[in-house]
Amino acid sequence: MFTPSHFSALLLFALCASVVFGITMRETPQRMVRYGLYCFLLFVGSAVVLSWGMYLIAR
Amino acid sequence: MAATPNSSSATAKAAQPEGFVYLPLIVGWLVPGAGHFLVRKWGRGLLLALAILTMFVLGVAMQGKVYSSAHDILDMLGLIGDLGSGALYVVTRVLGLGADSVQVTTGDYGTRFIVVAGLLNVIAAVDAHNLRTGRKPS
Repeated sequence: MFTPSHFSALLLFALCASVVFGITMRETPQRMVRYGLYCFLLFVGSAVVLSWGMYLIAR
Repeated sequence: MAATPNSSSATAKAAQPEGFVYLPLIVGWLVPGAGHFLVRKWGRGLLLALAILTMFVLGVAMQGKVYSSAHDILDMLGLIGDLGSGALYVVTRVLGLGADSVQVTTGDYGTRFIVVAGLLNVIAAVDAHNLRTGRKPS
């Protein structure tokens, strides 16, 4: 059984979803890569920000 | 100016894709990335297949739940997401892989991975269809 940490599961999820988003939502390879990176950073960045938000609310 | 309607209809007829335009959509749904292979987008098809397969396999490896029936609205949405994986879902059900219910923490992540892999596969299949019809130029 594969038991990743929450953060590594997030990274894997963001990577796979970003690849699909990048390829399907843009037309040229350069724009695909840029959009894929943008999605990946948004996935990871928003998760980190929300996590800190929940941590501070819970204190 | 009688030639204008004829030439425009000839141009429109030439622009129409020949054959069964839904084939990449159906094949892409059944096998991740195969719709793009049909429209000769080899690199994109390979990357899509890798991303979707990886997500699905990781979900199963995390003991994610594979929905088999729908008792409430959330189960129904999960089942629809799982069905998006096409043949992967059928193979998983036939082989009895995945979990019937979430029993470990990572199983909850795995359930989401499996559902989202199906949804991403639907997006990829629709993209292949758009490439086939010319709605997406390249």
